[in-house]
Amino acid sequence: MRRPDARWAISAATVLVIVLAVMALLLAGGHGISGSLAAMWNGAFGSTYAVLSATLVRATPLLFVGLAVGLAFRAGVLNIGAEGQLLAGATMAMTIGLLVGGLSRTLALPLVLIAGAGAGAAWAGVAAWLKQRFGVLEVISTLMLNFVANYIISWAVRGPLQEPTHVYPQTVELSDAVRLPTLIAGQRLHLGFVLALALALALWWFLTRTAAGFRVRAVGASVDAARSAGGIDAAHTAALAFIASGALAGLGGASEVTGVTFALYEGISPGYGYSAIAVALLARLHPLAIIGTALLFGALEAGAAAMQRDANVPSVIAVVIEALVVLGVLALDRARSRRMS
Amino acid sequence: MTDAFGEFLQASVRTATPLALAAYGELVAERAGIINLGLEGAIIAGALGALVGAGAGGVGTGFAVAILAGCATAVVVALVVLWLRADAIIAGTAVTMLALGLTGTLYRTIYGTQGAALSVPTVAPHALPLLSGIPLLGRALFVQPVITYVLYGLAVALWWWMTRTHAGLALRATGERPAAAFAAGISPVRMQALALLFGGAMGGLAGGVLVLAQVGTFAEGMSAGRGFIAIAIVVLGRWSPLGVAAAALLFGGASQLQYVFQSLGWPVPYQLFLALPYVLTLLALAGTQRRAVAPAWLGRALEDDAR
Repeated sequence: MRRPDARWAISAATVLVIVLAVMALLLAGGHGISGSLAAMWNGAFGSTYAVLSATLVRATPLLFVGLAVGLAFRAGVLNIGAEGQLLAGATMAMTIGLLVGGLSRTLALPLVLIAGAGAGAAWAGVAAWLKQRFGVLEVISTLMLNFVANYIISWAVRGPLQEPTHVYPQTVELSDAVRLPTLIAGQRLHLGFVLALALALALWWFLTRTAAGFRVRAVGASVDAARSAGGIDAAHTAALAFIASGALAGLGGASEVTGVTFALYEGISPGYGYSAIAVALLARLHPLAIIGTALLFGALEAGAAAMQRDANVPSVIAVVIEALVVLGVLALDRARSRRMS
Repeated sequence: MTDAFGEFLQASVRTATPLALAAYGELVAERAGIINLGLEGAIIAGALGALVGAGAGGVGTGFAVAILAGCATAVVVALVVLWLRADAIIAGTAVTMLALGLTGTLYRTIYGTQGAALSVPTVAPHALPLLSGIPLLGRALFVQPVITYVLYGLAVALWWWMTRTHAGLALRATGERPAAAFAAGISPVRMQALALLFGGAMGGLAGGVLVLAQVGTFAEGMSAGRGFIAIAIVVLGRWSPLGVAAAALLFGGASQLQYVFQSLGWPVPYQLFLALPYVLTLLALAGTQRRAVAPAWLGRALEDDAR
């Protein structure tokens, strides 16, 4: 039966709320709306450099962690520790990168990326193990592990990994052999973006075309049904998805270190792991749609940074928009489930 | 040496005060079955509220606005989780992001980029007669801002309320078996809404303490994860009022140790002690889960036919 769909109303209302909130914040700050938005647009799309060195570079880690959160949520695992897993990946990639920096690139770079993915997987693995063995809620354990990862970096860059003059709390820069090559000369866009795109395709193929992917979706949809009707070991499947999710986030950290920052320091992630929740939810956890939402939020964050630089508008306004998007999607979900029931 | 130790204890209690306030708010929410990740947002909202309020009408107004701001974040969480029936974890995370973003934007909007130099009236420590003379502990516990004494009273009142009153029993029943509570005539939705509101108020108060009793100004993101620490404290304190007090002190002490080591010139990595409480929380979780210390319905949605 066709009747007016609440979903469209909620989508429109969400967009309206976001637009009004942004306008109100800009007006309250005495910033010209057109000038601010122009600065934002220029920062995100205004030039080849803006697209290839700001938006896409910023979208790359969001794509990695967005896929990580998407996979975990699909399996019914509330992994809100993508931040910590990304940090673990960045730290391990840096450590290995400093060790193997003298080797040839074809050997060293894969090693560093695998180390990052492995560390992310291990970091998620701790939470997965605590859940399976002791029934610890992953929400709380991943949150705690985010803090621990933060302090490990804080210690490492003032201790074993600190640059030799011991002045700055950061590492030395990675050698060329362990840097991801840029895709276009003169631009910052690096191979990590292509890797992330490939992983999005691979994850889509895995979830929709393989038996293991089906098990993941079944467990996420209903643990009981998967167990009784599908004969699926739900706990095992969820744990594996959790660990794979950590590997994706860890790879994102390795990609940042080897493709963008080339050094490790505190605050290397401005909260990518939390933005990832907005990226994944807006894409309805669909890997291919996550490409789109990661690009959208990459543009948003790149544009917000430019808006702060050029129009003096605080860039945290991007976080407000991301949060409102998440709340809007939650409201939409409610409308959808009402329609189905 | 004992003097330095007394100073360390005093600083630990001071650091623990906002943590404990927020944790008691979270304790009530979790005993009603809801994990409120919006608590971090309540604290930062309370901090900005305190700055605005104190600037307009002094310290008292500052605390009042802080509490209201914390409540406002809780109202959003309650609406999304209880009315729209969305996932509490995601909703709480979103509300925290929203509060962090909004306070950052508003702060710069209201006070401009030079805002950091701005400061507000603060409350000074107030020594309690006689009690503050107790060796060692007297100074730590009884030479503190008045809000810390309010916290002591609140802790006792909360313990009594939760364990000795009918309403406290109803709260705990909601967190254990909401369907049974519903059958007994309790409204689980109302119980959780009120618990969330109380949690938001306490988070806001904690933010107020940061600004009005400690730092004397606002800084973007100054909640610095205290809302999440409060959640850890509730777990480490095994969901009991007394345990929460002890766990808050542990976290407070751990963050003060870095200054002790610095002043003593010991080359101990202080991050170790900062990370330790989180690791302890993980261990405590692993240790307690089997013995069913946590509210049985914690983190689960209410059933549709028993709300």
